[in-house]
Amino acid sequence: MRRLVVVGASLAGLRAAQAARAAGFDGDLVVVGDEPHLPYTRPPLSKELLAGVQTPGDCAFPSQAVEAEWRLGAPATGLDRAAKLVHLAGGEAVRYDRLIVATGCRARPWPGEALPGMHTLRNVDDALRLKAAFARRPRVAIIGAGFIGCEVAATARKQGLDVTVVDIAPHPLLPLGPELGELCAAMHRAHGVDLRLQTGVASTEGGTLTLTDGSRIDADVVVVALGAVPNTEWLGAPGGLACDATLTSLDDPDVLGAGDAIAWPHPLAGGEPVRVEHWTTAAEHGQLAGRNALLEPGERTPHDLPPYFWSDQYDVKIQAVGFPNRADRLEILESTPEGDRFVAAGARDGRLAGVVAFNAAKRLGWYRRQLPALPAFDEIKSAVAADEKALGAAVVATT
Amino acid sequence: MKVHVDMNLCQSHGECVIPAPDVFDLGDDDVLVWKEDVPEERRAAVEAAINACPMMAISIKD
Repeated sequence: MRRLVVVGASLAGLRAAQAARAAGFDGDLVVVGDEPHLPYTRPPLSKELLAGVQTPGDCAFPSQAVEAEWRLGAPATGLDRAAKLVHLAGGEAVRYDRLIVATGCRARPWPGEALPGMHTLRNVDDALRLKAAFARRPRVAIIGAGFIGCEVAATARKQGLDVTVVDIAPHPLLPLGPELGELCAAMHRAHGVDLRLQTGVASTEGGTLTLTDGSRIDADVVVVALGAVPNTEWLGAPGGLACDATLTSLDDPDVLGAGDAIAWPHPLAGGEPVRVEHWTTAAEHGQLAGRNALLEPGERTPHDLPPYFWSDQYDVKIQAVGFPNRADRLEILESTPEGDRFVAAGARDGRLAGVVAFNAAKRLGWYRRQLPALPAFDEIKSAVAADEKALGAAVVATT
Repeated sequence: MKVHVDMNLCQSHGECVIPAPDVFDLGDDDVLVWKEDVPEERRAAVEAAINACPMMAISIKD
């Protein structure tokens, strides 16, 4: 293997390139990216960058240290597995011996006619456009109360903007389940967000959204936050590249994948294929795919770490590990008396499936270490009840 | 080597604790604590922590 090509120049692609070099790969290494920018970190786009606390320069990864050829501003348009060529926009083709697909996702576009003042948020250029729009003190409507929608709402409210959030779901942040979702709804309302749940957008005209309940919202800026779509049409795999546990694509051992663009079977999800859009998974995947690409298929190691993600909204840090979205329901196992810091956990088939913490990072670490063994949920509850380091333990002990 | 953490950037994710628990830890108040003087043989673990940090808050000063 003399020529490794990574398609995707964000976190997963960068980590793959770094890992291949760190593992001693001294052949040709090409990283192809659709954006004109070197890799940068995306979580600040909805928060610090949008708020003006950080600049694009603050978000740049130190990627110049990686000895690679960067082909930026060059989206991949097709894959020829027989000839081992990646076709790029503009007609050029890049030859590979092994390929790592790390093309990530794009924001799901508004399905109707695009309006003036309508934004999505995925890239640094999107974030800078939205930041410039916020500087004009607009009335903001956000369609979608998922993580991006909620984070943008929090950032906009911190700037004192009028914010309405609309979602057809019964509560925000669906993967967290109804109980925690209700807490998040209350948090946003307490911070002045006009939150319209179980309500869809029936029509849009100019700056006015007409909702399914007949009400109308006048907005200068509309943020469409309807989730993300994998960028895998170019290799004929819409919906994501199917990989095995070692991140090797199912139909070609010379093609591996990393990050949001792939689905792979996870032992903590019962071995079912999952597609995960978290920062940490992209980093872990990239690192593993970069190493695995240097090995023959039988020597490659699997990715089995519990997924981790976080979201910052107002003064709350929400963190989660595992698959809380797969749990039957989440139950608060420990909490401060005030309820401002707590950990909720959920079971599937009687075993710990996922954990969500609000302002409880150290305690989350304990659960995170338990997860890979898939412990019985009752054992976890007993262990927490007996753990003097659990939140609120002192209160329980004295009452 | 000297390990530096920019506490203006750190947001207590605890990602660094996983590869290098002998160097990094979260206190009971979730604020990061770490050893500044780390033996050279732990360089790989600290570099893994640098790569794992979502905030790019960790650096090595040789």
